[in-house]
Amino acid sequence: MSQPQRNTPAAAYEGPPDYRALGHHGAFPQVSHDEIERINFLAQMNRHLAARVVPGVKSAYETSVEPAFRKRHGRPIADRHEARKALLEHPAFNLWSALRRMTMEQRQQAGRWTVIRQREALAEKVADLTRDDDALQLDSSVAVPRYVAAVDHHCMPGSYHSEYFAGDVTNGANYDHAGFVTTAGLLGRYNDGAGKAVVGWVQKNLPDFRPQDILEIGCTVGHSALPIAQAWPDARMVGVDIGAPVLRYGLARAKSLGVNNIRFVQADGEDLSRFPDESFDWIQTTMFLHELSTTALARIFRETRRLLRPGGIVLHVEQPQYTPDMPMFEQAMRDWDAFYNNEPFWSRMHEMDLDAEMVAAGFARQNLIHGNATGVVDRDLFPDAAEDDTEDYGRKAAWRVIGGIA
Amino acid sequence: MSVMDALAEAGAKPAGKRPWFLDEEVETILAITMAVAQELAVTRQRADTLERLLEEKNLLSREEIETFRPSAEASVERALANQEYLARILRIVQQRNEAAKQPNDISSEDVGNDLAARS
Repeated sequence: MSQPQRNTPAAAYEGPPDYRALGHHGAFPQVSHDEIERINFLAQMNRHLAARVVPGVKSAYETSVEPAFRKRHGRPIADRHEARKALLEHPAFNLWSALRRMTMEQRQQAGRWTVIRQREALAEKVADLTRDDDALQLDSSVAVPRYVAAVDHHCMPGSYHSEYFAGDVTNGANYDHAGFVTTAGLLGRYNDGAGKAVVGWVQKNLPDFRPQDILEIGCTVGHSALPIAQAWPDARMVGVDIGAPVLRYGLARAKSLGVNNIRFVQADGEDLSRFPDESFDWIQTTMFLHELSTTALARIFRETRRLLRPGGIVLHVEQPQYTPDMPMFEQAMRDWDAFYNNEPFWSRMHEMDLDAEMVAAGFARQNLIHGNATGVVDRDLFPDAAEDDTEDYGRKAAWRVIGGIA
Repeated sequence: MSVMDALAEAGAKPAGKRPWFLDEEVETILAITMAVAQELAVTRQRADTLERLLEEKNLLSREEIETFRPSAEASVERALANQEYLARILRIVQQRNEAAKQPNDISSEDVGNDLAARS
């Protein structure tokens, strides 16, 4: 009788690391064996969909959807909206979409169950870490803007802002611990690969830059603000967000990770009047612009200009914009989140002329900054984002940098 | 907070109308199936955890599992368990086959109407 063959651990493995490789800080929820395996399964599902299902959607587009459109209309597909609507008539796209949507919903249920069942204990833990600390400045008069309230981004019930009781951190903790499903480890042990990428970009491209006061708008739990605060320990960092649960959790997370030069402030990025003109040397946003509205984006850009000291810089890190040379199929796939994952502004933001928006906000065109940054992670444990060829259309840890010098 | 509240909130619908990509009933069943697939994956990982721990503690060699040969009696029990399992999960196929053989099958509604009719 032949012996059954077990998987060989030494075989080349490409895919997400085990969730247990994540770092646990003092505000991190307790996660049981089966809760971890739910998250591992969903991370693998995302990987499977990207690596093994999307190629089938792509070939369906090339061999069936696009030729059928051409035959019916006597012309090629003209834009990404036509491409998406044509794809919606093909079962390969619909089945992939259905699986992707339910993976996202399963992720929210898995992450929220873990956090909700222990949320009183978590809130106490966070309160102990942040009690009487003036680094946490909440302001209950901050209204939740419609672009946040109307639909819950990434299908996270309650989004960043909903509080279930006084002192609650549920949605901050869920966003932190189960974000692993979406990033599949590509953002590293503390999900801070994007922040580390920003640090690396600034150190390489602006080697003489010595910021004293740094602001991040839309900081959530500080995934990208903390690496910046750590890299410039003599600087004073401020993170603002509209959501109290993410800010409370963020400060507790920062303190337990030993980062003490950061404040978390509840404020709407469109109105940062609590800070006087020319308060900051550096203003950062990271994967934030696509969650705004057109008017909010313009107002926030104007606020960044007002708040920068002469010679100060603003940097926005985002997924790549749609350009005429981006294949129509790729544009349609990148647009998926806008229509089916509650990112309503994603589509429009990625076609905006951001240079023009920066100029309209008062930045001189010759002072605009453009660049590329990729996720920086602990390579011993995590796959390197720069070396991962799996195309996930919108989730890959490779970003565009747009900014300006005041 | 009660367990019922936690279950309801964990599964809550996000704000924003849900898109349906397939027939809504089909997609509902697919969602249930994928949730079951997730739980099966969790269970398999748990079994793997148990096997590894038992092996570490020298209570079991996993080689014993891989080379396990049930007795004749156990083989029959296990084969019957598989048959029962298959019949359960494929019950809908059995019922469709049976229905195809009953062209004059009548619905309960029609029976009710028949019985209520006054001649």
